[in-house]
Amino acid sequence: MTTDIIISVKGLEKHFDEGKLKALRGVDTDIRRGEVVVVIGPSGSGKSTFLRCLNLLEEPTAGTVTVEGVNITDPKVNINKHREKMGMVFQHFNLFPHMTILKNMTLAPCKLLKKSKQEAEEKAMALLKRVGLADRANAYPSQLSGGQKQRIAIVRALCMEPQVMLFDEPTSALDPEMVGEVLDVMKQLAEEGMTMVVVTHEMGFAREVADRVIFMDEGHIIEEGTPEEIFNHPQQPRTQDFLKKVL
Amino acid sequence: MNISIFEQWWLAIEPAVQANTLNFWQFIYKEIYLNVIKDDRWLQYLKGLGVTLEVSFYAILVGLVLGTVLAILRLPQIQHMNARGKGFLPAVGAVVVRALSKFAGLYINIMRGTPLLLQVLIINFGIFGSVRIDKVIVGVIACGLNSAAYVAEIVRGGIMSVEKGQTEAGRSLGLGGIRTMIYIILPQAAKSALPAMCNEFISLIKETSILSYIALTELTKAGDYIRSRTFSAFTPYIVSGLLYLLVVLTLTWLIGKLERRLRNSDH
Repeated sequence: MTTDIIISVKGLEKHFDEGKLKALRGVDTDIRRGEVVVVIGPSGSGKSTFLRCLNLLEEPTAGTVTVEGVNITDPKVNINKHREKMGMVFQHFNLFPHMTILKNMTLAPCKLLKKSKQEAEEKAMALLKRVGLADRANAYPSQLSGGQKQRIAIVRALCMEPQVMLFDEPTSALDPEMVGEVLDVMKQLAEEGMTMVVVTHEMGFAREVADRVIFMDEGHIIEEGTPEEIFNHPQQPRTQDFLKKVL
Repeated sequence: MNISIFEQWWLAIEPAVQANTLNFWQFIYKEIYLNVIKDDRWLQYLKGLGVTLEVSFYAILVGLVLGTVLAILRLPQIQHMNARGKGFLPAVGAVVVRALSKFAGLYINIMRGTPLLLQVLIINFGIFGSVRIDKVIVGVIACGLNSAAYVAEIVRGGIMSVEKGQTEAGRSLGLGGIRTMIYIILPQAAKSALPAMCNEFISLIKETSILSYIALTELTKAGDYIRSRTFSAFTPYIVSGLLYLLVVLTLTWLIGKLERRLRNSDH
């Protein structure tokens, strides 16, 4: 792991309903290249909002998000260009139901990276092989299980060759027996050195894979540190309280 | 002399027609002969049918394109669009877009809230009153503009039925708003809007009969002309009606096929 900072978040705030609901109340953190950051916290703590602010799916109310030296909250910045470099995986997979798996994966590379159909398909097939789903290339999303859908969603994002991968509760909508297969793909990705920000309730995954764990509550980062520090020696009472409930 | 079988049958019952002593089947044949066969009148129905199909086809196209644009203008994110960034251009852009959205709402309300016949008359005598213009074009414009208002609401419903996550997935891959709309949202919206859209097309085809008011010889007017020649009060209209039915049933069948094809993605 290098100390090269890829995403820098400063004073990030996000309000909904004209300030009635403050999801983020000033978040500061840096994500380094190659780092796996796992964000945990009770529901409503703002962790998903934080993640969605990183690629501006939510527009921050205040503060800045700087990606590779560019402040993407600046309206003059072409956000689409930056999103190409930041893959995102959603709780509900969000595969395109009207396209085959292969088309799901090649649409964006063909339109945005100007890849030829053949080039994009080769890349997609290689990724499908890696997650063991090459035989489903011509299936439609509705023909797949939840775990398969989420694995496809991950490789669909990887087709854009992103610098960072954002995971928004990727296993929360899965049947328990399918959680493992998705976490395995994520672990493999982490081992290959992908920069990852993962919002999850899978404490086992956080403990095993994370370089750094961030605990959030009520729109603040309460505590952050190595898994060892957070899970074995939490300093803040709120962290201790949360971990007591979930572990 | 060469004389067709239809003529021979007609000659055979003509005395009975004169004497007014036709039986049921002879009466039916008399009606068909006078209203369809004599003087090649069936050709007039076919010409009328051709005009109806032509007007309907182009009006559907106008309605689809304009309706889709109106639907997009009515989406919440467009309706409440904020200027992205400071400065003169973004601010003016946002104001223009919001104004267009307001206009789209007004347009839909006016076109749905007033009778099509009135709109046809205004466009024919008002807007094109002092220019010579093909009535087919007047018909396409009037029916197309009217249909667009209904299509807009159907498309808007279709777009709103697509989950928000689909937009987010498209945008998170780096696709812009327009590309996400074209490749991801609209194809899914079209699928769920298809049954309602089929309804709208059927309505439009039948409503083109209103164009007989501005003397466009479409299918209804063709039947009406023949009635004025033969004084048969039923038969010409029934023939026209059967032809409408044939068109509508064919269209329903085609769209049903399309629907089954689109359904292949959700087994």
